[in-house]
Amino acid sequence: MKNNRHKSSIGEGVDGLTILIYFALLAVGWVSIFAAVYDPAQPWFSFSLNYTKQLIWIGTALVIIVLILSFDYRNYETFAYIGYGLMLFLLLIVMFVGKEINGARSWLDFGPIRLQPSEFAKFITALALAKFLVSSEAKTESLRTKIIAGVILFLPVAFIILQNDTGSALVFSVFVFVLYREKILPEWILFGGVMMAILFVVGLALKPQSLFYFLVIPILTIAVLIILYIKEKKPSTIVFILSVSVALIIYVYSTKYIFEQFLAPHQQERILVLLNDDIDPQGRGTRYNLFHSKVAIGSGGLWGKGFLNGTQTKLNYVPEQSTDFIFCTVGEEYGWLGSLLVIGLYLFLMIRLILLAERQRDKFVRIYGYSVASILFFHFAINIAMTIGLFPVVGIPLPFLSYGGSSLWSFTILLFIFIKLDAHREQQMERK
Amino acid sequence: MQDNRKWVIIGLFSLIGVIFLVKLFMIQVMSDDFRRKAEAISIKSIVDYPHRGIILDRNGKELVVNAPVYDLMVIPKQVQMKDTLAFCETIGISIDDFRKSWKKACDFALERPSIFLKQISRDNLHNFQDQLSDYPGFYINARTVRNYPHENAAHVLGYIGEIDERGLERDATGYYKAGDYIGISGVEAAYEKELRGQKGVRHVWVDNWGREKGSFKDGEFDTLAVAGKNLISSIDLDLQKFAEELMVNKKGAVVAIEPSTGEILAMVAAPTYDPNLLTGKEASGNFGKLLLDENKPLFNRAVRAAYPPGSTFKTVQALIGMQENVINSQTVFPCNKGLVKCHFHPTTDLQRSIQHSCNPYYYQVFRRIIYQNKLTQHDSTFSVGKDLDYREGFTIWKKYLDAFNLGRKINVDLVSEVPASIPGLSLYDDRYGKGNWKFSNIYSLGIGQGEVLTTPLQLANVAATLANRGYYYTPHLVKSIGNEKSIHPEFTTKHTVPINTEYFEIIVAGMRDAYRAGTVASYAINPDLEICGKTGTAQNPHGEDHSVFIAFAPKDNPKIAIAVYVENAGFGGVWAAPVAALAIEKYLKGKTSKRLEWTKDYVIKKRFILEPQPEPTDSSEVPEKPAPAPKKVDTVRIALKEDKPNQRSEK
Repeated sequence: MKNNRHKSSIGEGVDGLTILIYFALLAVGWVSIFAAVYDPAQPWFSFSLNYTKQLIWIGTALVIIVLILSFDYRNYETFAYIGYGLMLFLLLIVMFVGKEINGARSWLDFGPIRLQPSEFAKFITALALAKFLVSSEAKTESLRTKIIAGVILFLPVAFIILQNDTGSALVFSVFVFVLYREKILPEWILFGGVMMAILFVVGLALKPQSLFYFLVIPILTIAVLIILYIKEKKPSTIVFILSVSVALIIYVYSTKYIFEQFLAPHQQERILVLLNDDIDPQGRGTRYNLFHSKVAIGSGGLWGKGFLNGTQTKLNYVPEQSTDFIFCTVGEEYGWLGSLLVIGLYLFLMIRLILLAERQRDKFVRIYGYSVASILFFHFAINIAMTIGLFPVVGIPLPFLSYGGSSLWSFTILLFIFIKLDAHREQQMERK
Repeated sequence: MQDNRKWVIIGLFSLIGVIFLVKLFMIQVMSDDFRRKAEAISIKSIVDYPHRGIILDRNGKELVVNAPVYDLMVIPKQVQMKDTLAFCETIGISIDDFRKSWKKACDFALERPSIFLKQISRDNLHNFQDQLSDYPGFYINARTVRNYPHENAAHVLGYIGEIDERGLERDATGYYKAGDYIGISGVEAAYEKELRGQKGVRHVWVDNWGREKGSFKDGEFDTLAVAGKNLISSIDLDLQKFAEELMVNKKGAVVAIEPSTGEILAMVAAPTYDPNLLTGKEASGNFGKLLLDENKPLFNRAVRAAYPPGSTFKTVQALIGMQENVINSQTVFPCNKGLVKCHFHPTTDLQRSIQHSCNPYYYQVFRRIIYQNKLTQHDSTFSVGKDLDYREGFTIWKKYLDAFNLGRKINVDLVSEVPASIPGLSLYDDRYGKGNWKFSNIYSLGIGQGEVLTTPLQLANVAATLANRGYYYTPHLVKSIGNEKSIHPEFTTKHTVPINTEYFEIIVAGMRDAYRAGTVASYAINPDLEICGKTGTAQNPHGEDHSVFIAFAPKDNPKIAIAVYVENAGFGGVWAAPVAALAIEKYLKGKTSKRLEWTKDYVIKKRFILEPQPEPTDSSEVPEKPAPAPKKVDTVRIALKEDKPNQRSEK
């Protein structure tokens, strides 16, 4: 490629609006990290401070962006399988040579830089999945396709779980959205999934003796199934509906058993703490973290306490406040309106990505685009839900806001590969 | 269908966003709960304790001061201990003590300071203060505890201690918090408000580890601490110390008052204790020991013990009789031992009745007061008709006693004072039925026995009233408060008793004679002192009689009035009188004269607290509860011994 052509092609066709939101979120993130870390009693500038380091991470992210936009867009599909293989290899060796942090052996230590291969597994898996689904052997209806797609997703998940990094592994569940969009999964899968989750919580929250348990849940379940049946108009039998209903009722009744058998005690506590309002701030466990997180956000009010005026965050009551709990700083210093802005930016970004994905001629880019939107959604939803007590505490970062090089790099790569692919949508061949 | 699925996903994403915003709106905007919780967590009120006022004696000598004590503090997280053994040697503790304290500090908090070693003496501190900088995480915190340089006047000064739950409930102002110190007895309690000053408070931000991080709103809500006021006590330390020495190994009380002002010069309750026992780290253990001591050293007998006044009461009886016009200075009664026991002495007129303490004389005086002189001398006391109105006379008699503040609280500036008691009509009406009792049931009141009970302080006040020939100022222990030198106004009000001044002279003359040539033991006599006194021998049902003496001196322009009780010591002239005479001499002359030198040693060496014995005293009560009146004596059956100077032979 000639130099001048190369240069002019870097920014050509990219979606400016998406990039604008990206930088807006980076800015909010950096200001929040600054506010969370800044201590007037300490020297303002030091390389050991998180906001200084984050500035370096942002700088390197810009280099990565330039690199991504410089590569030929076709490479991302071409090398998808090779990348996938390499990723699996890294995930494997990290289990043996990796550094253990917070109980998860998922970090590769290169002296000054530490990388988390599982962070990069997300976009590589998305590319590999997209490549498989556009390949000639993939057919929407065939069971074989579904199984191979499942294996592509399952392998990194299995490795990451073996690293004891459940949070990162959970991210892969969002490929359900992608498979749903591509009709690999049936229509009811989302409703079914949501229903299962709700029933699980209800099953835990309610006392076995309650009337609700015995009557309302089965009736509701059956009602929903009938509505679905009417709506789908697919030939199903009463027997099928009934068997599903019975299975669901058994499921609800067995949630306590599932809960106690398959979850570790600390995981159980993280869930129970949400159901139990009687939060004890004296203890130093999950309850303590959740309590202080809620207090920090809740004390922000409508307008917030203002830049650097957050007390709960500045006085270190909130745990992990520049990484996983960065949203507390937003909530405390900028109040509900600040939260509205940040949540609005995320929603805008995700919906924008879906609309961009939908305008693709190439199915490969569309699948990848949905993957990006879904992965961002998962982090956004789980992270904020965790800080305001709607979801158990899972240690995953808030994209672009949380402090940390690995996560910033991986989200940047994830997003900008799509921006690069989208920029070339006119050149893409049509694959449906 | 494809479009449908797109919108389902977009809808789901949006739904989650909306749920977040609703939830955030609920906790951020609709509820104040978390804002309050945040403030409760991160704003701490730090109380600045003011300097507690000190107490001086009337000559400026320090009675109570604040002594600095030093605590070795530790913040475990900052400690870098290289050589634990060397550290232990430096501060002078064993390695086991180190481990115990260390564990306690770590269990409390790693990031916050806790006390590692309590109350290090100044000397000990000097030994290792310089080396402490080698041990990061350790530092010295200075604070103060009450200290009593002279070990005297424990009952007057009282003590301070941590406020208890009842105290917190009583504190309507909400000033005190658990753990605060408060005056519990004595002047410390009575002048708590003046002594304590005003606490200050600072509001500061504290971080998750309890470290201060700047002041809240630049101190907008902060207040400064105001130091407590210093007090100048009316106590004369030299006299107090001397009187305490005289009362060693005895039970009883000495109260000395400056008659012209009502200022209490000395107040001794024996046995006493070293007030330093109730301060510092051993305080609670020592308190327990004092509380269990069978001689009740915590019991302030001067204001809480109710004793019969015995024959000292005759002074008041004579004054009432004259004022009521039932006797006069010329009145003579025979010493009729058939009425009440007496000892050998010539037939007396009024002055000599005081000098010789004639019991039958005061039997007659009291009878005349009660019957308002409507009886002739030959009427039989034991067949008094119901038509004779003794009720009116009795009521009048009690009014006079009220005026002398007998059987009523003096309202001295001590919180624990008891009223003691003078019986009223209702007592006998209840006991015998209205109209069913007569003079024969109450005649022993006339000589200060029976149901008449007074405190040593009340008798001292009678002595002061006699000295002043008819008036007194409410006795008090503090003569000046703070820099403004104020004093509570009730202590500058003159109280006059309703007795004509001229009636006092003959009583005073009788008292002078009683000391010089009456009922007082010869070894207690120093004529130079011009003491006017009255002995008493108070019967009590628990054992040997109490020895009582009230006096003032000099006769004209008196400087000191005094009341002395020595429990279970027998005749008033034998033990109480020498104590009083020695105290008066000490106060007036500054030292003990040659004449009384022997007496001083004799008194100091005498023990009335013998080997441990079961509960011999009538003043058997724990402090802070009203002392019980001694058991009522069956007055009809009383056979009085009289003050006999027969101990003179001992000299």
